[in-house]
Amino acid sequence: MKTIYFDNAATTKVDERVLKAMFPYFSEKFGNASSQHSKGREAKEAVEKARKIIAKSINAKSREIFFTSGGTESNNWALKGLYFWNKENNTGKNHLVTTSIEHDCILKTCKWLEKQGAKITYLDADSEGFVSLNQLENSITDKTIVVSVIHGNNEIGTIQDLKEIGKICKEKNVLFHTDACQSFTKTKIDVEKMNLDLVTLNAHKIHGPKGVGALYIKEGIKIIPLLHGGGHEKGLRSGTENTPGIVGFGKSIKIANKKDVENMKRLRDKLIEGILKIENVKLNGPIGEKRLCNNINISFNDIEGEAVGGYLEQKGILTSTGSACSSHTLETSHVLKATGLSPLQANSSIRISLSKFTNEKEVDYFLKVLPKIVKKLRRFSPFIS
Amino acid sequence: MAYSKKVIENFLNPKNMGEMKNPDGVGKIGNPVCGDIMEIYIKVGKKKIKGKEKKYIKDIKFKTFGCIAAIATSSMVTQITKGKTLEDAKKITKEKIIKKLEGMPPIKIHCSVLGTQALRKAIEDYEKKHKQQVYK
Repeated sequence: MKTIYFDNAATTKVDERVLKAMFPYFSEKFGNASSQHSKGREAKEAVEKARKIIAKSINAKSREIFFTSGGTESNNWALKGLYFWNKENNTGKNHLVTTSIEHDCILKTCKWLEKQGAKITYLDADSEGFVSLNQLENSITDKTIVVSVIHGNNEIGTIQDLKEIGKICKEKNVLFHTDACQSFTKTKIDVEKMNLDLVTLNAHKIHGPKGVGALYIKEGIKIIPLLHGGGHEKGLRSGTENTPGIVGFGKSIKIANKKDVENMKRLRDKLIEGILKIENVKLNGPIGEKRLCNNINISFNDIEGEAVGGYLEQKGILTSTGSACSSHTLETSHVLKATGLSPLQANSSIRISLSKFTNEKEVDYFLKVLPKIVKKLRRFSPFIS
Repeated sequence: MAYSKKVIENFLNPKNMGEMKNPDGVGKIGNPVCGDIMEIYIKVGKKKIKGKEKKYIKDIKFKTFGCIAAIATSSMVTQITKGKTLEDAKKITKEKIIKKLEGMPPIKIHCSVLGTQALRKAIEDYEKKHKQQVYK
């Protein structure tokens, strides 16, 4: 049976061209980018080339891009690095503003920072997952270091208005960080126009390799490193550069294009339209331009998300769910909860996330099998008599 | 999550699922941990075992809002129980269900607990309605 991969928000297939670009840096071009000899220079050149591509893609300068091991590290670094710089320098600032719909690597970093003495404000989200600009503005105090808001939400696809948030941050003279792991190359990011000071990026959501990401840090921003060592990345992120990964990261950005995005949008909307024909289902997150081009999140009501996913898998379709049953902690998705869903509705949700490799046939097949699955599960739902 | 073949089998083709008309006993239970809900319906009959008349589970059905493990558990509980005397049915443990399902991921064991609890509640419901105890 052919597998239909609809879990691209979790990770994506590495593009053949990316793989091809990476190969030499495992073998003949294996050098350490810090070495002074030709092998080192060869690696260094490749790393810098990728840095330039990344910088250009978000309208930043090359020297503002710092390579990391991925989104989790970049997010941890941004918040911890800023907080502890302020602590070390006794600025008296100890407050961070974030949202209730962030990825766990932001939320858990915040929880940990609270134990270290930080004060955190968690902004609410409305029913479509948007934060209120008013609440954001009002939460900023003279002790606020940074506002951190996820760009494209990983569960429900909501794209926040970074330009407006950036304006507020600039007016209030606080730093602005965004986690752009899901939105990168799918929705325009311009660090100048959006007044962004730090941006988290990663490769494996865009058909690049796992284990590599970056943090954009605007020139002049004071931050301490998480990793100390040989002084790589201008002393801010030690550790031998992951040259093949970085090269792959650069290549994955280079091959990303508008046509792919438009195609995903079209298939996304076709899927949404088809799914909403099933009785008693609800789309979570917004529709149209303010939704990630590859994200669909549906609550089926009366039946459980993992069960829907289990039947879909039997048909070769791989999705994911926000239901409590499937999480490591048996907790319902905090994002769905934040948008006002009851635990029952949240537990009945699945996420379908597309990629540039998704085709019409897969979409049609999905729309053919899904109603039957929902019907079968509802036959033995205790909520339906 | 890594489920056994037996769990997947019972999940994809659950036995004894659906509604029962005029059940003799109903057991409803919700799981506070993960939000799953399970309902078990029974019909009780009488049969002679070794000369003694015993009450037994003549028919059993379930309805479940739950994950793969919860549905598989529901299916297995009903299969194990069907035909058993009320006395024996009450003694069914989560360990027995898990064994029959060829194992359960540790985080899902509470689903099997749900199965035994719903079953016991259904039997108790029957007993309450008929004001009779299974045990003398």
